[in-house]
Amino acid sequence: MPKFEYAPAPESRDIGRLKEHYGIFVDGAFRDGAGEATKTINPANEEPLAEVAEAAPSDVDDAVRAARRAFGPWSALPGRERAKYLYRIARAIQERSRELAVLESLDNGKPIKESRDVDVPLAAAHFFYYAGWADKLEYAGFGPSPRPIGVAGQIIPWNFPLLMAAWKIAPALACGNTVILKPAETTPLTALTLAEIIAEADLPPGVVNILAGGPEVGQAIVEHEGVDKIAFTGSTEVGKIIQRTIAGTGKRVSLELGGKAANIIFEDAALDQAIEGIVNGIFFNQGHVCCAGSRLLVQESVADEVIAALQARLLTLRLGDPLDKNTDIGAINSAAQLARIRELTSSGESEGATRWSPPCEIPDRGYWFAPTVFTNVSQANTIAREEIFGPVLSVLTFRTPAEAVEKANNTPYGLSAGIWTEKGSRILWFAQQLRAGVVWANTFNRFDPGSPFGGYKESGFGREGGRHGLEAYLAH
Amino acid sequence: MARSEADLRRFLHGLPGVDQVGAEGRAAGLFTRSIKTTAKAWAIDMAISMVDLTTLEGADTPGKVRSLCAKAMRPDGTAPAVAAVCVYPDLVATAVDALQGSRVAVASVATAFPSGRAALDTKLHDVRDAVAAGAGEIDMVIDRGAFLAGHYLQVFDEIVATKAACGSAHLKVILETGELVTLDNVRRASWLALLAGGDFIKTSTGKVTPAATPPVALTMLQAVRDFHATTGSVRGVKLAGGIRTSKDAVRYLVMVNEVAGEQWLDPALFRFGASSLLNDLLLQRHKLATGVYDGPDYVTVD
Repeated sequence: MPKFEYAPAPESRDIGRLKEHYGIFVDGAFRDGAGEATKTINPANEEPLAEVAEAAPSDVDDAVRAARRAFGPWSALPGRERAKYLYRIARAIQERSRELAVLESLDNGKPIKESRDVDVPLAAAHFFYYAGWADKLEYAGFGPSPRPIGVAGQIIPWNFPLLMAAWKIAPALACGNTVILKPAETTPLTALTLAEIIAEADLPPGVVNILAGGPEVGQAIVEHEGVDKIAFTGSTEVGKIIQRTIAGTGKRVSLELGGKAANIIFEDAALDQAIEGIVNGIFFNQGHVCCAGSRLLVQESVADEVIAALQARLLTLRLGDPLDKNTDIGAINSAAQLARIRELTSSGESEGATRWSPPCEIPDRGYWFAPTVFTNVSQANTIAREEIFGPVLSVLTFRTPAEAVEKANNTPYGLSAGIWTEKGSRILWFAQQLRAGVVWANTFNRFDPGSPFGGYKESGFGREGGRHGLEAYLAH
Repeated sequence: MARSEADLRRFLHGLPGVDQVGAEGRAAGLFTRSIKTTAKAWAIDMAISMVDLTTLEGADTPGKVRSLCAKAMRPDGTAPAVAAVCVYPDLVATAVDALQGSRVAVASVATAFPSGRAALDTKLHDVRDAVAAGAGEIDMVIDRGAFLAGHYLQVFDEIVATKAACGSAHLKVILETGELVTLDNVRRASWLALLAGGDFIKTSTGKVTPAATPPVALTMLQAVRDFHATTGSVRGVKLAGGIRTSKDAVRYLVMVNEVAGEQWLDPALFRFGASSLLNDLLLQRHKLATGVYDGPDYVTVD
């Protein structure tokens, strides 16, 4: 029995204003999709949250037609007028932030402290940020009169449902495009609530269409000849399918795919802060983060010290009810994802790595996975190569800076990396050597709408965020 | 360990750096813990028992000290007593007399508090006076000028000498972190004080702003944690200055719990140096029991 037992501090579920039934949002109106009605479930207890009447390919036709119709007038609006809508959406997200945070934690399983302090504020910040660009596009460095591309089909993952919707919709609208967005099948609720916000903001019908549905809806969007651009965030496997599908069609594409980021700790790092960076790098959002610092590279001279301190720190992580304000580790989003994490971690053990987890009570129902650290991992192990997308850290060691670079780059992915050292010159040298789209120095998993995000190699191409993020939605 | 200036410098400068942004982020993260109901009640009582109820004014009188001592022993009907009363050396005898028979300790600032700008002999004389008058705890100040000039051995030797002058009295070493400014300095000064034999490291005199801040508290708690892991010796931390609300006190207890460890949730190892904090703790304590807030006239003005 701990001395200081934190009493439960749950955020009220009612704040989420959960409805029994959700539909799709096409041409400015809500309706039931022609696809199947499915239940979206709460991954923390496996209970159904709401019924969602999903879209079918015929709904995609309607949405594309609406988006094409809306494209002319929308793109002809002066940028300052488009900006007004984006500012309005941003403010409404802030006003409904508690509702959105609770809904996100219910549907996704992430801790409320993250949906409250990260997902929702950043979603609002992206709309604010791109609202500011809408009337300044000719100064963005993409030619004197950049034009929008047309209709953008946007397919987003389940790890940051609302935030990914904001990353996709805000720059597209700022540049004058219209949008068909498909949220992930397991997490449609906040995107559909964003549709309400968009409707209340009086955005002209057809400018944004949101279609809940499964892979067949995504496929219909990708294949549709009325779509001019595909923006996809998700697995490398699906990213490759998309590229094959649109080859030769003239559609533009930007892909933000998987990652296996190296988080590199040098012996001269500020170690206490580096430990926090390791924890934040891999256990933030249960490790369901494409840029997660899943491969820890520690200089061998401090490896024992770092691993001991990390293990001590992990004893204080609190796993449980995502709505409890003191929860650090929430639920795994789906049974399928849990199965994948289990499969990969058992390969870690069978391939000879040493597995460690803090003692922690796992709730009886729901999808849960204790924070896990593998030591004695070799670069050849499956857990050091494949993206696990869960709260699982692989610890490797290095001896010299050159070896650290070599190991960090030795992956088909290249989304992000972290470096921890008190030596400024090493940070700059290192950042130039790393084949990764984002390099964090003495921090990890920090996001800002002003900072471009995206990958190298099999982590995709195109940037989201910042001035660079405009390029994916401009025909220049 | 360190017997020369060079050794000491090498050791202190060899400690891992502290990244200000990261430390602030971690402290802010800990402060988002939501402590409610039973946990809050427990934390408020624990915080009360950790208070060093302090008066350090030029205008202090025996009457004022006696009234503070009465409050320290019996803050209100049911609340626990505080840990200690903290006064200037010349009022130690008054406090000892007033606290007779209770478990509340008498702490005294000494060593030319708050600036520490006096000859070593004078400072040690100050300490011996307070101890002779019955102080069980001595709160000394380090020579910040010497520390900032890099004369670590001088600071070290002064702490050692003060510890010797304390005899059996507990020594709290005030780093005055507001004058050390960087967290790297806070970490070095913490280790310096612990190595020299300080029983507690304490943030501030309360006369300099900023006093106890979240990243400073974090860095000092890490120092006692690491000192314990390295040497096996358990030392305490006292936060003083600027902590006025129950909310802040409870947040710091979360920090103690999760950074140093639950062993430090003990008045023998963690203290709040404060004057107005106690009244807010009492108000919140009563609010938890009754569901309504008292007005300010329901706690005593001392």
